[in-house]
Amino acid sequence: MSTAQSRYRALTTHRLFWPVVVLVALVVANTVYRPGFLSVQVRDGHLYGSLIDILRLSAPLILVALGMTLVIATGGIDLSVGSLCAISGAVACLYISRQPDQNSMGGVLTALALGLAVALVLGAWNGVLVAVIGIQPIIATLILMVAGRGLAQLITEGQILTINSSPYKAIGVGHLLTLPLAIFIALAAALLIAAVTRRTALGLIVESVGGNARASRLAGIRSARITFLVYVISAACAAVAGFMMTANVSSADGNAAGLWVELDAILAVVIGGTSLAGGRFSLGGTILGALLIQTLTTTVYAMNISPQTSLLFKAVVVIAVCLIQAPGFRARFTRRRRVPAPAAAGADETRKEQVPA
Amino acid sequence: MTGSHPVLTMTGISKSFPGVRALDGVDFRLFPGEVHALMGENGAGKSTLIKVLTGVYGVDRGTVALAGEQVSFTGPMQATAAGVSTVFQEVNLCTNLSVAENIFIGREPRRLGAVRWGEMRRRARALLTRLDLDIDVNAPLGSFSLAIQQMVAIARAIDIEARVLVLDEPTSSLDTGEVAQLFRVMRSLRDDGIAILFVTHFLDQVYRIADRITVLRNGQLVGEWTTGDLPQLSLVEKMIGKELDVLERLDEQPRRDVAATEGTPLLEARALGRRSAVAPFDLTVHAGEVVGLAGLLGSGRTEVARLLFGADRADHGSVRVDGSPTSLRTPVAAIARGIGFCSENRRAEGIVADLSVRENIVLAMQAARGWLRPIPRRRQDELVDRWVRALHIRPADPEIPVGNLSGGNQQKVLLARWLITEPRLLILDEPTRGIDIGAKTEIQRLVAQLSDGGTAVLFISAELEEVLRLSHRIAVMRDHELVTQLTNDQSVDADRIMQAIAAGAAHEGVPS
Ligand SMILES: Nc1ncnc2c1ncn2[C@@H]1O[C@H](COP(=O)(O)OP(=O)(O)OP(=O)(O)O)[C@@H](O)[C@H]1O
Ligand SMILES: [Mg+2]
Repeated sequence: MSTAQSRYRALTTHRLFWPVVVLVALVVANTVYRPGFLSVQVRDGHLYGSLIDILRLSAPLILVALGMTLVIATGGIDLSVGSLCAISGAVACLYISRQPDQNSMGGVLTALALGLAVALVLGAWNGVLVAVIGIQPIIATLILMVAGRGLAQLITEGQILTINSSPYKAIGVGHLLTLPLAIFIALAAALLIAAVTRRTALGLIVESVGGNARASRLAGIRSARITFLVYVISAACAAVAGFMMTANVSSADGNAAGLWVELDAILAVVIGGTSLAGGRFSLGGTILGALLIQTLTTTVYAMNISPQTSLLFKAVVVIAVCLIQAPGFRARFTRRRRVPAPAAAGADETRKEQVPA
Repeated sequence: MTGSHPVLTMTGISKSFPGVRALDGVDFRLFPGEVHALMGENGAGKSTLIKVLTGVYGVDRGTVALAGEQVSFTGPMQATAAGVSTVFQEVNLCTNLSVAENIFIGREPRRLGAVRWGEMRRRARALLTRLDLDIDVNAPLGSFSLAIQQMVAIARAIDIEARVLVLDEPTSSLDTGEVAQLFRVMRSLRDDGIAILFVTHFLDQVYRIADRITVLRNGQLVGEWTTGDLPQLSLVEKMIGKELDVLERLDEQPRRDVAATEGTPLLEARALGRRSAVAPFDLTVHAGEVVGLAGLLGSGRTEVARLLFGADRADHGSVRVDGSPTSLRTPVAAIARGIGFCSENRRAEGIVADLSVRENIVLAMQAARGWLRPIPRRRQDELVDRWVRALHIRPADPEIPVGNLSGGNQQKVLLARWLITEPRLLILDEPTRGIDIGAKTEIQRLVAQLSDGGTAVLFISAELEEVLRLSHRIAVMRDHELVTQLTNDQSVDADRIMQAIAAGAAHEGVPS
């Protein structure tokens, strides 16, 4: 096999090959449909354009999905992130709305600290349920997913809480160095989580717990602590995402903020190549997955697909991505194509997961 | 017996994994009514050949013919349907299902579509009786030791109407009695005309049961012989590819001198026990002492080890480390006191298959330091490099996932994990399980070295010989009870230990 060929093989079998292809395909489709899609303009010293919008809008999803990545890597799942977004946003907005000067920087910072603190406490609650009491993660976090919406409603007293605070608003729509501030916040969070997991041994230990919990315990890993920690991190990420969502619209709506974001986040993680069974995780893959999902959402809006069918359209694309990533499906596909040739090697590598090693 | 045509012919089989050529133009044939041993070092390609045969892997090149007809199975299910029944190296059953369900999963006896549970249990019991195993077929498989799980996997395989029976290291965690029983069954199957492919690292077993031998080395065929034409020494030479004095080295190792046992013992267990696992026992281990645990399958050896390591919680008795009372309630607590434990069940409790060889090796050390203090990469590489070389872990690339290594090499990775933590007491549960003869000698030497350096070792092995060679003292277990402790002096030999084991009622597997 020539090196060019083997390089091609290495590229196409790369975990993130297909998500990148789909992302590029979406961008191309958008450009064909709307030639202005790729253009970026400078207005008031800021960059504007569809691509920039996608980046800005994907920031909250990236945040939530990063936290979700760690949870999923331990073999768990966090369904409560959407509610946590709503709660933290509501707490921050409530505090700001009570200030005499809603534009005071100090007031906004206190509001953020309060919202974050509440989220951390709720994340710790999730962590205790899963790691200490041993409830299945899906059930444990379902509690807050449902009850959390009620909690958010209580905070906003069932109303949509509108505020008028330019520092807070900046989190959602502000700019820094010509680019939306939200992009920098998401980037900073990504770098921070990458540093915390890869510069320390946290990443290794999370992957070990998710890969084989019994073996990890016998190797002396305190898996309960690690599991607790990832739910707290996930909640912190959700809180910041919640600030962005509410800042975007300068109001807190306990019902709508962060609705269904947990599902988009889980999808982003899975598309990014982290297995729902736990083990190896990829932060870069998750960011790619989040960008793909946001691009898809934007595409659906841009193409004026009616709201009734838009979810269906989204579902079809997601199914397609998951299918071409699935080893079994790809194996069948490659084998059928190459029936006469004896070399079905591409198929074999992908089947090794099912091997009774 | 080789007069007829081969029931199975594999021709020119090649199979590569990224970076590794596991099989390179291998020919293999199997005749009806023979037991054919497939031999080779760890990583020689034995399991890969079996997985190619059963359709777990596709081939890169070569053909497989069953009874003269070319086949290409898409998986073990299809192979089974065509009469090739396989027990894979790693027991691959559902531990949460019952023993009976595991034996009949996928082919439950049915009437009008409904599973006939009574019939299933009855047939399961009959099958296990054939293997001389008397256990509760309704209990979940996970409640039994690995050895019993292995016997259940074998029972499942021999029930199928097979023309070819493939056994990949079925005896690796069985002891003498079970092996004898398995061989009886294998002989009767052979006499019925079934072709049996048998993989093992125990040379004596090969000479007891095999009619023919095929040797692989580094993925290549070395040759095929009838057992009578290949004396043991030449077999070893064929396997390792050079005239190494492995066998002599094995014999020359002297029986260990009795260790000094005055002073405060390193570990002292008093009436330690756990209901339905081990009856309360006393056990003392001094620094530098090797204590062997002997006993039959299911006699409670592993349970003793797990109590001492805190893997299971004792509900009775007390432990002193260095003379001061401590509680070993969790592995973390035991590790903090310098105890390490290498489980017999490497797939479920040992390796983390997705992680690399390096990450698996540093795991216990990293866990002890806590995640905030990562081991510097350079130090990791040094340690890993040293042990990969010392234990001949192959392939020697520390960055490949450990799940891609052959069974024996995975075992070595586990050993390395504990060795780098420099424990004061190392509990080894079947550390040489599935390890080839060269590496086994290395590991035995290592145990002796550790003990000379002052490390205490609790050594569990189904191979009495090995226990006798390495131990200063031998504790004998029977029916979940520690029955006696013998100082391993000249008066002790395998017979004496077998007597101690057999002194009670006939053993049986009891759920732990
Ligand atoms: N799924 C896989 N991916 C990559 N490499 C593999 C895989 N399975 C096996 N190998 C490699 O192929 C070679 C042969 O492995 P195999 O498991 O067949 O050895 P074996 O003879 O059964 O050894 P053992 O006695 O230790 O069980 C080894 O170098 C191993 O690392
Ligand atoms: Mg093998």
